[in-house]
Amino acid sequence: MTQPIVQARNVHKAYDQLEVLKGIDLDVAPGEVVVMLGPSGSGKSTFLRCINHLESIQQGAILVDGEQMGYRLQGDKLLKLSENAIARQRRKIGMVFQSFNLYPHMTVLQNIIEAPVGIHGESRADATAHAMQLLNRVGLADKAPAYPRQLSGGQQQRVAIARALAIRPKLMLFDEPTSALDPELVGEVLATMRDLAAQGLTMIVVTHEIGFAREAADRVVFMDGGVVVEQGRPGDVLVNPRHPRTQAFLSRFI
Amino acid sequence: MIGKDRVNSAKAGDVTFRDVSTAHQQFRWGKTALWLIVVLLAADFLWAIANNENFGWATIREYFFHPEVVAGLWVSLGLTVVAMILGTILGLILAVMRLSDDSLANGLAGIYIWFFRGTPLLVQLIFWYNLSTLFPTLGINLFGLGLGGWDTNSVITPLTAAILGLALNEAAYMAEIIRGGLLSVDKGQAETASAFGMTRGRALRRIVIPQAMRAIVPPTGNQLISMVKATSLVSVIAMSDLLYAVQSIYNRTFDIVPMLLVAVFWYLIITSVLNIGQGYIERYYGRSDRRNSAAAAMQPTGEV
Ligand SMILES: Nc1ncnc2c1ncn2[C@@H]1O[C@H](COP(=O)(O)OP(=O)(O)OP(=O)(O)O)[C@@H](O)[C@H]1O
Ligand SMILES: [Mg+2]
Repeated sequence: MTQPIVQARNVHKAYDQLEVLKGIDLDVAPGEVVVMLGPSGSGKSTFLRCINHLESIQQGAILVDGEQMGYRLQGDKLLKLSENAIARQRRKIGMVFQSFNLYPHMTVLQNIIEAPVGIHGESRADATAHAMQLLNRVGLADKAPAYPRQLSGGQQQRVAIARALAIRPKLMLFDEPTSALDPELVGEVLATMRDLAAQGLTMIVVTHEIGFAREAADRVVFMDGGVVVEQGRPGDVLVNPRHPRTQAFLSRFI
Repeated sequence: MIGKDRVNSAKAGDVTFRDVSTAHQQFRWGKTALWLIVVLLAADFLWAIANNENFGWATIREYFFHPEVVAGLWVSLGLTVVAMILGTILGLILAVMRLSDDSLANGLAGIYIWFFRGTPLLVQLIFWYNLSTLFPTLGINLFGLGLGGWDTNSVITPLTAAILGLALNEAAYMAEIIRGGLLSVDKGQAETASAFGMTRGRALRRIVIPQAMRAIVPPTGNQLISMVKATSLVSVIAMSDLLYAVQSIYNRTFDIVPMLLVAVFWYLIITSVLNIGQGYIERYYGRSDRRNSAAAAMQPTGEV
């Protein structure tokens, strides 16, 4: 078996006294699409942010592509990595945020080539060609010279997806990518994500879009109260949830 | 098709719809009369000043481009530029320190800002100028273990005292302006940058500072204009700036008012030019806000 892209073991995370993650175990195989569901406050966003070490964890370990995030082993001592080394670890992980977070002072094209040129050392010409290819893929090639403020929410989110893809990530994290969108714009973003899933990108998607989970997910993970309550194929978890909390959660969508 | 006449006379209830494109501008007598009176009074005032011999217009004309005045003007401009650049760089460092989680950096920056904003610039300038009376030699002298150094009097000239005084004082104000600017940028921006693997320095330079500029530029324009005038304080430490130049001339010729007016006009010219420049810079940093992007889209990235 190939090595999983993500290996999370017994992940605990607390903000001061508030325990948010209480021992999460999760493996994500290359090419797998994992959709995380769960009620508000169950710790889904927090878990995503722990994966790329935007948040540090208090117990357990998270490995991405075989490297432990935020730490390195020296002999048998585990040492915290420096800021810059952590930044380097994050470079193979793409992230898409609920609020898009495009850089408002840069054009769409500049947004996309910022990391490839500035961090990954790609040439401007290569990065631009790749960016145009990605913009084509999300159907926004004509928006390259526009500023984010001139785009609709759905268009901004598709640009944000192209921006994350531009670093050729081994793993993509989506934190409620459609929650800030008007209902009629949700579809275009989900369609883009479905394409990515079909093309074999490894993705962890936090969403409340049960339809997307049903169609695109290889596995659905249901979280509640900082633990994984239930997981499995969408055909099982979504159709015949075993845990009462999953049943209660899903009943709201039917 | 709805014809123009239809629109003009279309009725909905008792409201008549008249196309606004047919509207006329009403001539406003009151406002026009007010304008006339103000222009007349201003013209009269200017005429009175221009014909007042006491202002010494001939002297002003004679000395406006006098070599001493021009030399002083360059000193003032040079001091402004150098002190502003140093002050801004140091201010940026202080602002970043002030915002860091590190309590040592944060505390040091806080004390710096507290001290330099809390004491008059004039006193600071005199203080730097007289540094040699406090520390005859400058150098690292850890608890009396002399590690070499320089004679203070050879280091602190009027020029270095002026630059030190103006720049260090300016840094305290710029630090607060820049800190405010950095805080005005959405936190998600720095977080996105770090999620993409940018180092903190790079995120600051490429993502946060460019967005903070919109909040930083206007008050910095104010600071720059204050700085132009603050340079006149250095005349007290025998630095031959613009004010010092006109003073030394009127000490010989006793044309006090005309010579001061020479300085006044020069200061006004400089600050006017700066005002215009500030407008351009503000428009540059506001470009991503314009809905019409035809021109804005052509902006270069200006990167790496
Ligand atoms: N920076 C923080 N400081 C303190 N508490 C936090 C912080 N971030 C999140 N929390 C708390 O952690 C808990 C989990 O938050 P999280 O954002 O992970 O939930 P979520 O499952 O993503 O919910 P939602 O569906 O509403 O986005 C919440 O109770 C939240 O208040
Ligand atoms: Mg969330």
